[in-house]
Amino acid sequence: MYAIYLIVYGIILTGVLGVIASWIDRKVTARIHYRVGPPFLQPVIDIIKLMGKETVVPEGASKTTFLLAPIMGYASISVASAILWMNQLEVTQGFLGDIIVVIYLLTIPSISLMLGGFASGNPLARVGASREMKLMLSYELPFIFAILVPIIKSNYSLRLGQILASQAGGNVFALSFSGAIALIVSIICIQAKMGIVPFDIAEAETEIMGGVIIEYSGTPLAIFRLMKHMMLFTLPFFLIILYLGGFNFQGIGILYSILKYVLMLVIIVVIKNTNPRVRIDHAMRFFWGPATIASIVAIILSILGI
Amino acid sequence: MAKLGIKTRALLKSPWVFHVATGSCNNCDIEILDVLTPRFDVERFGILLAPSIRHADVLLITGAGSRKSMERVMRLYEMAPKPCLVVCIGECAMSRGIFMPSYNMPKPIDHYLPVDAYIPGCPPKPEAIIAGIVKLIEKKKGGK
Repeated sequence: MYAIYLIVYGIILTGVLGVIASWIDRKVTARIHYRVGPPFLQPVIDIIKLMGKETVVPEGASKTTFLLAPIMGYASISVASAILWMNQLEVTQGFLGDIIVVIYLLTIPSISLMLGGFASGNPLARVGASREMKLMLSYELPFIFAILVPIIKSNYSLRLGQILASQAGGNVFALSFSGAIALIVSIICIQAKMGIVPFDIAEAETEIMGGVIIEYSGTPLAIFRLMKHMMLFTLPFFLIILYLGGFNFQGIGILYSILKYVLMLVIIVVIKNTNPRVRIDHAMRFFWGPATIASIVAIILSILGI
Repeated sequence: MAKLGIKTRALLKSPWVFHVATGSCNNCDIEILDVLTPRFDVERFGILLAPSIRHADVLLITGAGSRKSMERVMRLYEMAPKPCLVVCIGECAMSRGIFMPSYNMPKPIDHYLPVDAYIPGCPPKPEAIIAGIVKLIEKKKGGK
């Protein structure tokens, strides 16, 4: 049963939806620039092209780690997304503490980027990987504090199914004051988790030429791109489950679910296109200062029941 | 028209370009940057600027190819993962232009690398660069 969820929902469905999400990202970016933008199949064509190219392993790289890092990130994001789908489709199917498992699995893509960067032996990739490490240290704290809000509001439950069930009937957490603050903090945190502007410090294309993925080519690069596309679907999906009551597949609910997801994606893309890249110390100061304080305020408010 | 493999078709639909300057006067480089601006919008054809040589499918070479820089360019070409096309942009990259008698520009670029397309002009207009890339794609589609 779990294998079916992993293959059908975790790998295939999330892959397809992630590719569509990345097309929406590129198209909205293009429309903001007053451009036409790429055709619908462009992300798929990019991945097929990269799979057909030669895979170069640089001299001096640690070969096994270099080639296994993308697979590790891809596998963990698939498992995380399979757990989310499992809870979404049948609220009783989760296990105790699955929210903690999902939080851990969602950090592994960043760790895989770091491992790949350090293993490639390129100095610029090392700079990128150390930046990724600092960024991870900074955004995880407010992200976990913000996730505590739905846990407290659903009566201290560590099951995703319980969180979904207590939001049933339009009683979503984002409508309360503390939930709204936590949602805003988590949107900024997933921006950093996905490594897109303003927090693409680890892959700054204009200063360290792609950073952690500078030495990747061919199939490993394609897996990294697919992993990023899947993160573009999975992380907003996680936030929708936590704060917006998940998806609903009955009747007109489908349209409403799609609207919820696309709206969240477009908010992320608009933040991406209207902000410059921040420096690593600015990012750290922002996450440990205002973002952490806002999430602590949200926790206190949610304990008070506001 | 010859039947193309899925690899070549995907390559022609998403060529990521990498920009190599071999001692040029910067005019051709500015025109390449113009092509990549929102006004011309080459992302319609899947063309993106690759940050690193390992992601590149097309090398855009400008400049006359000076003695010192050609060593590096040949190394770059060896570093690129292999179905990789080379496009020479500008008069200098084609025939060295006014630098023909220079002691420092011994040979034109196509003596070093297999060049797939030449785009003349000093510098070529952005429209000319796009036309050149379209001709290159047509040539590759024609089954060479």
